[in-house]
Amino acid sequence: MQSIISISGVTKTYATGFKALKEINLDIERGEIFALLGPNGAGKTTLISIVCGIVNRSSGTVSVDGHDISRDYRAARSLIGLVPQELTIDAFESVWATVNYSRGLFGKPADHAFVEKVLRDLSLWDKKDAKAITLSGGMKRRLMIAKALSHEPRVLFLDEPTAGVDVELRQDMWAMVRRLREDGVTIILTTHYIEEAEAMADRVGVINRGEIVLVEDKVQLMRTLGRKRLLLELRCPLATVPETLSRYALELSPDGDRLTYTYDNQSERPGVASLLRDLETAGIQFRDIDTQNSSLEEIFVNLVRRDA
Amino acid sequence: MNLRAVWAIYKMEMARAFRTVLQSIVSPVISTSLYFVVFGSAIGSRITEIDGISYGAFIVPGLIMLSLLTQSISNASFAIYFPKFVGSIYELLSAPVSYLEIIIAYVGGAATKSIILGLIILGTASLFVPLTIEHPFWMLSFLVLTSVTFSLFGFIIGIWAGSFEQLQLVPLLIITPLTFLGGSFYSIDMLPGTWRTVTLFNPVLYLVSGFRWSFYGKSDVSIGISLGMTVVFLLICIAIVAWIFRTGYRLRT
Repeated sequence: MQSIISISGVTKTYATGFKALKEINLDIERGEIFALLGPNGAGKTTLISIVCGIVNRSSGTVSVDGHDISRDYRAARSLIGLVPQELTIDAFESVWATVNYSRGLFGKPADHAFVEKVLRDLSLWDKKDAKAITLSGGMKRRLMIAKALSHEPRVLFLDEPTAGVDVELRQDMWAMVRRLREDGVTIILTTHYIEEAEAMADRVGVINRGEIVLVEDKVQLMRTLGRKRLLLELRCPLATVPETLSRYALELSPDGDRLTYTYDNQSERPGVASLLRDLETAGIQFRDIDTQNSSLEEIFVNLVRRDA
Repeated sequence: MNLRAVWAIYKMEMARAFRTVLQSIVSPVISTSLYFVVFGSAIGSRITEIDGISYGAFIVPGLIMLSLLTQSISNASFAIYFPKFVGSIYELLSAPVSYLEIIIAYVGGAATKSIILGLIILGTASLFVPLTIEHPFWMLSFLVLTSVTFSLFGFIIGIWAGSFEQLQLVPLLIITPLTFLGGSFYSIDMLPGTWRTVTLFNPVLYLVSGFRWSFYGKSDVSIGISLGMTVVFLLICIAIVAWIFRTGYRLRT
């Protein structure tokens, strides 16, 4: 599939000498939901800001749907909608005025019916005459999204879209993101909520200290880097793990009634069968057995730690 | 050219002026009226005619210039500083607009407000003193040229300023003194020789003098020099703005 955003050899060094980005190469595929994960200060916002034209890069090239963001900035930028992390709105403008302003700013002819639809989709229609300053935090976040969608972008950047919003709004946003994807909009989101990436993303990129550590299909990532856990609920609590089972590196719960075995599910010999045999030999009986996949969060934490 | 963006910004700026009508229009009109009461009536009654013009009428062009300069700078500097301050500038920077379009929209908005204000003050003044405008074309030309030039200057200050204090610094410490010492309320012929020479280095003198000439056909310096100096200042501002936009100074880090 042809990529809609192509980032090649992008670096950013601030005047202070701080290297925010080191040689970033990344392709975003058309129509996908791409989650960019990374700890604070990893370079997520800098990277987004460069693609959107807010920050100048030190070197490298970026193109959006084949349009170079410097030479052909008009065509490139008109395809992009950006919802920044901070709630930055002109507080004294009405919802209606500011969304129509955004549409005009991106060179689109006035279309009140479309703006009305955007506001209705985001449950903002009742507030169309309200000044931005009077809106709640969640409403302001919706307004920022309405502004970004006002010019019908083909690529939407959501920088920490659900930071500090309640559960209902978060679910509304997830639903909206899915609807946009169905309409063919490519979505790039940065998030601290790993479950958000886990639930939404097609692909995941991890950025740490200004470098892309990994880009992978989410399912594939969880399969290759994921570890499984075997949980054994014991019939009789154990004081310690018997010496004969030491090669399994079992974890015993503090109350002694649960053993956890962590294994690589891609391994040829995960060791589950032999563990169960050895448990029987040792006379340890269990009343229940369960397995768990590791979450994206664990994968992420491991990646970032490994890189540190 | 993204004319829709220019129009969107311009419309938003004009809406802001009408939303803050007390600050944008009423307050300068009140202060101008006060100048008339103090300078025109109280002091003016003790000053004889200057160049055959009554003192009240003499100060009108200077008063209009005073408001034009301060309001152009404050309108334009605030217009670009405020989005920088609250962070909403991200939208402007990520939009498909060129620097030229940004300038046309913001400076156009600020200059329009100043021109409207200048005309309102002119109307207010005509209630106090009899006015004649000998060269209406040049009067309007100076009005537009000054508004545009100082709106550009204000735009530069707005981009440069890193705090509200800095935003006020140049208008308060440089523009206001220059305006008061630029012959708004007197003819430079009334000054002793040395001070007259010093005043010739004040750029505001040329604006006030040229503008006054368009009213009464009398000026401290020749109209050609007045016009030339105004255009030179305009060109300097354009050069600075071009540099700001080429380097992204304080806009794109």
